[in-house]
Amino acid sequence: METGIHELTVGYALDALDPDERREYEAHLADCERCREELASFWQTTEGLAVAASGPAPSPGLRARILAEARAEPQVVVPFEPRRRRTIPVLAAAVAVAAVVALSVGLWAARLSGDLDDARSALERERAAAAVLVDPDSRTVALHAGEGRLVVGTEGEAVLVLDGVDPAPAGKTYELWIIEGDTPQRAGLFPGRDGRDVVPVDGTVAEGDVVAVTIEDAGGVNAPSTNPIVVSDPV
Amino acid sequence: MEAVASTVLALPGSQHRFAMRKQHAHLSDEALVALVARGEENALAELYDRVGRIAYGLALRVLRDERLAEDAVQEGFLTAWRTAAAFRAERAKASTWILTLVHRRAVDLVRREERRRAEPLPDEVTAEVGLVVEPTDEAAWLRFERERVQAALRQLPDVQREAIELAYYGGFSQSELAERLGVPLGTIKSRMFAGLARLRELLDESEQEGSWRPEFTS
Repeated sequence: METGIHELTVGYALDALDPDERREYEAHLADCERCREELASFWQTTEGLAVAASGPAPSPGLRARILAEARAEPQVVVPFEPRRRRTIPVLAAAVAVAAVVALSVGLWAARLSGDLDDARSALERERAAAAVLVDPDSRTVALHAGEGRLVVGTEGEAVLVLDGVDPAPAGKTYELWIIEGDTPQRAGLFPGRDGRDVVPVDGTVAEGDVVAVTIEDAGGVNAPSTNPIVVSDPV
Repeated sequence: MEAVASTVLALPGSQHRFAMRKQHAHLSDEALVALVARGEENALAELYDRVGRIAYGLALRVLRDERLAEDAVQEGFLTAWRTAAAFRAERAKASTWILTLVHRRAVDLVRREERRRAEPLPDEVTAEVGLVVEPTDEAAWLRFERERVQAALRQLPDVQREAIELAYYGGFSQSELAERLGVPLGTIKSRMFAGLARLRELLDESEQEGSWRPEFTS
């Protein structure tokens, strides 16, 4: 069986597998470096086959239709210029979300501690965050300060999608706050990372709450001691 | 990049498309995918302008129907739009990735088409290569590259070329081919493996004789 599945590489590269074989091979691919390399190599050859089929140009309208469809189907991404209090549907391919979330939460847990319980709870948070991000009923709240969005699920669970937050300096951490009225409540720590960061917010948010982020000493503090670098619009 | 992106978003309306496009023209395909992952529509447009025509030609070859071919291209590009964040440059070139998405969509569509199921297999598959209409408005590099790959295909033993073409251009799965050609599944798999491995060698050899494609990285 083990040798059999490697042999599916050519069939996969040519899209010549039956659906169940395709799924089986994709599952295998995640664990098999040899097949990934072989597939990358054969894909270059099939790109040649694609070019060999080139012919007339598509109708000019196709380009516009693709762009219009893309526009109508927002991804989970960070806008370059967040609009104030704009609510948009949250839709995304689960695979993209899972990849992003796994990177941020998973690595964070691994870095903080080798503890199995920590890893388990990180995994649960990861699943919960992914569920909020892909739920079409979740809504998006713009940030008043900072780049990114706050995504709020139907039960008040919240995920902060941040962009352009560098890793926290040595000895420091980012701390999340849920601010209800004038009272900030601790809502978790995160280390920050280059690029996009997906950060689950501990606790739940209610109508009118604001989510904020400050830089604090490692381990976190009970009340914010610095000016927030990220502040959401009221939920 | 941030500054460029903000400028782009600040430009209203389609009359600025050219200005936006120029800002992306120096980027590699892979850099464009990174922008697509951040929801940059102009980066998707630039990718379409680079790969869309090849993708359409491929889909048309598989589906033999202009409307269905455009559907396959559209769905392939929208999958790229949705999943760009999961794209890994070390796994494949961006162009390869998009063509793979479009091809898979085309194959899924053609397998659903009752019409194709009823069609007999072409008697002489080799004739198909010659049936492709030669367009007159394509870039020179594309014509050269097509001729290079077609020349390599012609060097394969007939049974290997047949297996590859029926799978890749015909959308037949290995097990369907085994049944239709009346040969064991293992034989089909061996022919495809030997044929694609040989084609890879031939293309590597001929590529060394002259670079064909303008690399969009500069």
